[in-house]
Amino acid sequence: MNMRSISLFLSSEPARLVLFLLGIMAFVGLNAAYLVWVERKGAGRFQRRPGPTEVGPAGLLQPIADALKLLSKQLIVPAGVDRTLFRVAPLLMMSPALISLAVIPWGEHLAARNINLGLLMIFAFGAINTMGIMLGGWSSRNKYAIISAARVVSQSVAYEIPVLLVVITTILVTGTMNLNEIVANQAGPFWKWYLFRWDVNPLAPVTFLIFYTCMLAETNRAPFDMAEAESELVAGAYTEYSGMGFGVFFMAEYANILLGCSVATVLFLGGWQSPIGVLPGVFWFLLKLYFLVFSVIWVRWTFPRTQFYGLLNLSWKILIPVSLFTLILSSALVKL
Amino acid sequence: MKKALLEIYTGLKSLFIGLKITLGQFFRPTVTVRYPYQTLKIPARFRGHIELVSDPATGKPKCFVCKLCERACPSDCITVDGMKPEGAKRKTVTVYRLDFTKCSLCGSCVEACRDGAIRFSREYNLAGTSKEEFIMDLFKRLESEGVQGEQAQPVTTVAEPRPPAVTGAEPPPPAQPQLVSAATAAAPQSKLIEEAATPAGKIPASTEGTLRT
Repeated sequence: MNMRSISLFLSSEPARLVLFLLGIMAFVGLNAAYLVWVERKGAGRFQRRPGPTEVGPAGLLQPIADALKLLSKQLIVPAGVDRTLFRVAPLLMMSPALISLAVIPWGEHLAARNINLGLLMIFAFGAINTMGIMLGGWSSRNKYAIISAARVVSQSVAYEIPVLLVVITTILVTGTMNLNEIVANQAGPFWKWYLFRWDVNPLAPVTFLIFYTCMLAETNRAPFDMAEAESELVAGAYTEYSGMGFGVFFMAEYANILLGCSVATVLFLGGWQSPIGVLPGVFWFLLKLYFLVFSVIWVRWTFPRTQFYGLLNLSWKILIPVSLFTLILSSALVKL
Repeated sequence: MKKALLEIYTGLKSLFIGLKITLGQFFRPTVTVRYPYQTLKIPARFRGHIELVSDPATGKPKCFVCKLCERACPSDCITVDGMKPEGAKRKTVTVYRLDFTKCSLCGSCVEACRDGAIRFSREYNLAGTSKEEFIMDLFKRLESEGVQGEQAQPVTTVAEPRPPAVTGAEPPPPAQPQLVSAATAAAPQSKLIEEAATPAGKIPASTEGTLRT
């Protein structure tokens, strides 16, 4: 087999898809493992501790040790639970994130699927992940898990609305749901990013802030981690999960953070566009992505958990009115 | 309406102030004392379990079995026994059993001792898997220390940890400032933290013993 036939094979559609599937799974797996390390190190630094240090240099082998521990543990299915739902729930939370990452443009020509309704697809699948936690909590036959499931649903209903309003605002400005085109529209210096496009959306930073807040709430991250409020609900919907059942939930949390931050990067920070025109796009995409991921960790270790009514008040009294206002404002500007 | 908007604004502002503060902490040095590798200096008045004091002239314990400590102990955790060697003026101790499970470290024994023959040790790594490990013979302990070499023991170099006079005013305890200063300033921290010379040898030595029993 010569080089030509190899490249021909690799550029064929099925091979490309398999390669992207493997790539995305590897990326998510590696990130889920090492974001735990980053989170623990970051938490340590924010509290002026060194974080994990014992396993490997600077604790770098800690995620591998954790993964081995989780893999070697028994998967306990408690008596009286709905076995099928109990087993399916972690996958229902994990797979939407993996599927959605398929439309994210990592670089100029680096997207598994370049489809016209990419943004719609991400939010359609994003809604499933709530169902994963809900079913996990419901099927666990545990009071804490059920309370957590109820919280997740009401939280998700409350935060889907502002996030979609914000996304509609952005779509009004971009005129497309194709993520590659959205990124292409933001070419040039950083003031071409939708975060700084005052001319088309005067409240663009506010829009970004609302999106970011909703992203935290949708991924159940602190300060909106009502679903697994450790001090109230043991571990919420994950209470009855052991071994890799819990591990998949845990990975899914980080996969969803990655997805949320990727979408925020694409919509507001210019995706793979380089503000100064050096280095390939992937580098810039990852730089922006990990900046946002770091900020998620930063927020977690800064703010205490909100109370539940505080969470709903924030959504219904502040985020939804403000996002409606930005929607009206930018649609008026588009019409003018 | 105006009030609500103002509330949103101040609330949002306070969130950003919080973020700024935590980021400031992020880039400052850590204050952790990494325990098995580093230890804080133990304050001079630290009250570990009691131990016998050896006479620097003879190397034998100062104790002459007057049993005042045994009587002073409110919880009966001291048992002293001794014998009178041929030609000696005083008795010498042969058994000094401390039942540390009952001891509340009140220090009555140290106060009662006429000759300064017992004092508080600075032992704080006291972990064990059975009750019997805490019924210790201090005489044997002193003898085994003598075998290992006295200068290796940091105990011999510290200031006399005698309790303050009962009638006098209580001086402020000197224990805490070390920890506080270690948390606030990086520079004095290095003075207070001792790098353990043998991190692997020091701690597991005691656990090894417990595992064998």
